Amino acid sequence: MTSLNAKDKNAVKAFWAKVPGNEEKIGADALSRMLAVYPQTKTYFSHWKDLSPGSPQVRKHGKTIVCGVGEAVGKIDNLTAGLLNLSELHAFTLRVDPANFKILSHNLLVVLAIAFPTEFTPEAHVALDKFLASLAGALSEKYR
Amino acid sequence: MVEWTEQERSIITGIFANLSYEEIGPKALVRCLIVYPWTQRYFSSFGNLYNAEAIRGNPNVAAHGIKVLHGLDRAVKNMDNIKATYAELSVLHSEKLHVDPDNFRLLADCLTIEIAAKLGTAFTADTQAAFQKFLAVVVSALGRQYH
Repeated sequence: MTSLNAKDKNAVKAFWAKVPGNEEKIGADALSRMLAVYPQTKTYFSHWKDLSPGSPQVRKHGKTIVCGVGEAVGKIDNLTAGLLNLSELHAFTLRVDPANFKILSHNLLVVLAIAFPTEFTPEAHVALDKFLASLAGALSEKYR
Repeated sequence: MVEWTEQERSIITGIFANLSYEEIGPKALVRCLIVYPWTQRYFSSFGNLYNAEAIRGNPNVAAHGIKVLHGLDRAVKNMDNIKATYAELSVLHSEKLHVDPDNFRLLADCLTIEIAAKLGTAFTADTQAAFQKFLAVVVSALGRQYH
């Protein structure tokens, strides 16, 4: 896993500046796609009544996730330290298999490509892909 | 054998019927070479791939992108037997081209992104599911003859 250079960080911050205000829309879409395209991920949400795209739980959780990513953008200079609490949450309480971080990241990128087709250039894509991989790494820190 | 619902078949044939190969093929390959730069290892004969601009403007890359995308036509026409349809191409990629099969997945992801960007909200979750299922079967078939 490669670390983020200055160019990557600037590209991520510049792109993510488009997100505020759209957290719920982007998050709900990404989460819905993940549940539909990778049905094994539904196993983490067996306690939800409604897993359909428009459901209140999907929308709320989608927003939580995208807001979390936004917070990580703010801590991009030290993701491991900045995401310590979230890592403990995912490791000890949620116990999400880290393979799923890649899956959610992919769906987030698909949603961003749809929402911002011109701006989601290959250059923006690679920076965001690297960032999300680093984020996933930071979230996995406390697992073992 | 892979089972396809009528809806999945119609989604796949629909995507390819309305596809601009000359536009999407090059874009998908360009994206792959930029986002996953190690994939450039297979294209040393293509000339200048030194930076994103060079990759974008490289006519060999564009031509090859179109060729690869048309390569999927056979799978669309033979959805019930993709494994056999690609047996020969699998041998080619393994024995002659020596492509790490993991790269097929990377290109497939870039194609998904380009199709998503092109179709916009019409690329629904169900459409994405069908398209990714199709690509996964293709990728698996292409990796089948490696040993």
